[in-house]
Amino acid sequence: MLRRTLAKGAVALTTAGVIGGRQAVAQQDPVEIQFWHGLTQPLGGMLEQVVADFNASQQRYRVNATYRGGYGETMVAAIAAFRANNAPHIVQMFEVGTATMMAASRATKPLWELLQQTGVNINFDDVLAGIRGYYSLPDGRMASMPFNSSTSVSFYNKDMFRKAGLDAEKFPTTWPAVAEAARKLKAAGIANPMTTSWPTWLMVEQFSAIHDIPLATKGNGFSGLDTELTINNPLMVRHMQNLIDWHKEGLFRYGGRDSAADGMLSAGECAMTFASSGTRARIKKEARFEWGTAMLPYYDDVPKAPLNSIIGGASLWSMNKGASTGRSDAEWKGIAEFLAWLAKPDVAAKWHTDTGYLPLTRSGYERVKASGFYKENVGADIPIEQMLRGGGTLTENSRGVRLGGFAEIRNIIQEEMEKAFQGQQDAKTLLENATRRGNVVLRNFERANRNG
Amino acid sequence: MTDPALRASRARQRRSRWFAHGALLLGVLIFALPIWITLVGSTHDVNTIGRGDVPLWFGAHGIENYLAAWSRGSAALRNTRAVPAGTMLWNSMVMATLIAVGKITISILSAYAVVFFAFPGRMLFFWMIFITLMLPIEVRIIPTFQVMVDLHLTDSMAGLVIPVIASATATLLFRQFFLTIPDEYVEAAKIDGAGPLRFFRDVVLPLSRTNIAALFVILFIYGWNQYLWPLLIITDTSLETIVVGLSKMIGRGDAQNEWNAIMATAILALLPPVAVVVLMQRWFVKGLTETEK
Amino acid sequence: MRKNVIFRGKLLPLLLLLPQLVITGLFFFWPAGQAIWSSMLREDAFGLSSNFVGLENFTDVILDPTWRAAAGTTAVFAFSVAILALSVALLLAVQADKAIRGSSLYKTLLIWPYAVAPAVAAVLWLFLFHPQIGLIGRALSTAQIAWDYRLNGGQAMLLVIVASAWKQVSYNFIFFLAGLQSIPKSVLEAAAIDGARPVRRFWTVVFPLLSPTSFFLLTVNLVYAFFDTFGVIHALTQGGPAKATETLIYKVYIDGVENLNLGSSAAQSVILMLIVIAMTVVQFRFIERKVHY
Repeated sequence: MLRRTLAKGAVALTTAGVIGGRQAVAQQDPVEIQFWHGLTQPLGGMLEQVVADFNASQQRYRVNATYRGGYGETMVAAIAAFRANNAPHIVQMFEVGTATMMAASRATKPLWELLQQTGVNINFDDVLAGIRGYYSLPDGRMASMPFNSSTSVSFYNKDMFRKAGLDAEKFPTTWPAVAEAARKLKAAGIANPMTTSWPTWLMVEQFSAIHDIPLATKGNGFSGLDTELTINNPLMVRHMQNLIDWHKEGLFRYGGRDSAADGMLSAGECAMTFASSGTRARIKKEARFEWGTAMLPYYDDVPKAPLNSIIGGASLWSMNKGASTGRSDAEWKGIAEFLAWLAKPDVAAKWHTDTGYLPLTRSGYERVKASGFYKENVGADIPIEQMLRGGGTLTENSRGVRLGGFAEIRNIIQEEMEKAFQGQQDAKTLLENATRRGNVVLRNFERANRNG
Repeated sequence: MTDPALRASRARQRRSRWFAHGALLLGVLIFALPIWITLVGSTHDVNTIGRGDVPLWFGAHGIENYLAAWSRGSAALRNTRAVPAGTMLWNSMVMATLIAVGKITISILSAYAVVFFAFPGRMLFFWMIFITLMLPIEVRIIPTFQVMVDLHLTDSMAGLVIPVIASATATLLFRQFFLTIPDEYVEAAKIDGAGPLRFFRDVVLPLSRTNIAALFVILFIYGWNQYLWPLLIITDTSLETIVVGLSKMIGRGDAQNEWNAIMATAILALLPPVAVVVLMQRWFVKGLTETEK
Repeated sequence: MRKNVIFRGKLLPLLLLLPQLVITGLFFFWPAGQAIWSSMLREDAFGLSSNFVGLENFTDVILDPTWRAAAGTTAVFAFSVAILALSVALLLAVQADKAIRGSSLYKTLLIWPYAVAPAVAAVLWLFLFHPQIGLIGRALSTAQIAWDYRLNGGQAMLLVIVASAWKQVSYNFIFFLAGLQSIPKSVLEAAAIDGARPVRRFWTVVFPLLSPTSFFLLTVNLVYAFFDTFGVIHALTQGGPAKATETLIYKVYIDGVENLNLGSSAAQSVILMLIVIAMTVVQFRFIERKVHY
């Protein structure tokens, strides 16, 4: 079925291309733009609404948004389709796939080049630095279109805090204070004081950024494929050992890989959790208790902490059809027009307030602030404030992470954490093993992409 | 035998029978326990199960859960993709039927050729088919996927079915059976002036009826239960099969799954093949023990 | 063995064989060749660049501690599944073979799990052992036993073994029962007259007669545990926690599909093919010997 639509699109394109050279294409069938995304409901529906609005706003292009499974599945599907000469025009790629997409220079068209070629303009000057840095090349040119960016924050159960005699309005700001609070919660009969979603993203990536320590050499991989993990450092060991000890003590509970622990707080299974800011909508819907949001904790004896946190989420990439097949000018133009639509202030602002993802630009943030949105939705601005923590200028360590095979590396770190929580190894061994295995992945990626 | 010995032997037999009943009953119960829990769970509302109050008796939400699963897809509201169970059941039904029919058709034809004809390369071809027995699709899954990509057959029913319908086991079974058809039958057909195709239609096919039925049961289940291949080849949700769709609904350990709807879908997913086995038990046992798959 | 009376013709048999040959060629020989070829390449995910690296992927795989660990996991898993499924099935079959009332009903109630797809079986067992919503999982937690298969590797292994064996018991049961029923009553009566007690009679007379069936079933069970259980692992543990349940076939999938490491995945496929071929050869050797005796 998909192939039929594509074929139809291709026919429409050829005709549009031929005629479009001479006269307006207004009466022609619109150019079909395939857009694969990995957002589940309700976010997927909101995304499809944005697409419908774009389609209604003009007649020349028709964007076709299809859900392709989770982020990982979407990535695999897009790569397989590219190999089959059948790639979508636009694919939503999660942040850990960034390096893979960047290295595949003939498969994708960098955003800056797309905009230059089509003459479409998107202003990136005002985009939040943490978002812009993550998806731009070392020289600052944009590689992909930031779309749904989140960061991670703390969520906690205020009722449980009160029960344990803690100040429900003040979430502990440092890790030692978090542990103290957890002990009090435990003493008050709460079985699982804390957990975390996305163990690698939260406890390694965010942790390194906030404390301004490198996660990998070559500026966290931004300036070269020959990067190596540097997570086996004293601060990381200290934090991991704390987590392991807290796990033993019953203060911390490992809730599974990736987003597996997302539901625990709202189900009343734990008192504190560290999760994507995008979890907010769900907690709001499900929690039957009073809850709060706060910035991620840090170790206050680390000189530069706390810095800004980094983003997660996904960006949009424009792709060639296949290794030997490009796209027509009309198609590129359609892609660019659609991406520009997403960057329009009111579209971006609506996306932010509907979904809880970060606003794209600083001025967009100010506008939403002025509208009183954050007064009605207390805590909804904490992710943004956290992104701007430390003055909003990024260091090499707080700009983001760009590693090839990053999805695999994240899993490796999660596996080694699982081993440690089972009592099979201490923090030092955990980080040694993760570094060694992660570096193998990095070397393989480097070798496979050296002449790519 | 003396009386006490007889009595002892009877007592022993009685004990042995009681033990047999006990063991079998326990086996039946253990086998049925997961289904029972699932069936009962599928009639409760989502909060009952989400809270962990495992119900042991039916609740009042059965009809709505099954209707919801059937038409809008379980767990549609949250973290998993929403494919209506009705669609997935249809896909599984089509896939399993096509696999069973396809496997039987191509194997019966090739077995017929190998047994009733002498032609150059006969044994070579036979061994070529036979060797496929050694490699289940799981072993060559990634390269097969590449081939499907090259042939533009991903995300299609044809892609789902065709690579799995080459079957050495079915060919072997038919060959074994054809060898038992008496030579006189062929003689008679030749005297009647019947060609090989008429002989196939009038004699071989009717004689193979029970074998075909038995094979169909086994192969239908085999097709229905395909997992890794559909998982890989299908990304278009409108072609999702129910076995793969069910496991995707669980998400990744998500505490907020709509367990009741997932349970309803699980029941729907296992009902058709189980019904086939129970209703066609005789053929099923025959098919299983004779293919020695 | 071949028939004496056959039809003439060369084109027709080839035409009859054609579908089977085309499918075997396209989806068996081509992918197998592709697997061997790409096992000697290093490619990026998009297929934009590839280098010939000879046997480097193989040495990388064999030297990779995670692959070796997966091989060990596979062995432990496969033998546990086979032994559990075989012994339970044998026990049940012996009981069902006794002339007791309702034995055919028992039989029906014991064979249906065969029809349940491995992935669906996994979901059913998840409903029992899930730490939050599972009947047994919660009971264990209440009894102060720290049950969480999502973090405890041993428990995860136990769960995938039970879920995989559950379904296979039915299969083995059918074969053991058929095997038991084909033992001539006279043999058993002779043993009974000799005064051997039932248990002794079973081990000295019945079990040796069942050994061909047992050996056949062992191979089938091992192959099942190697490949067909992919669905169980994918649905329940995704190979975790910390790779505790990552089998070789699961690793092929993870490296090929999720990590997009095509060369390594192909090399692993080729190694798996060799393992399966070796197992099949052993099995056929044995069956051949069985035929000769």
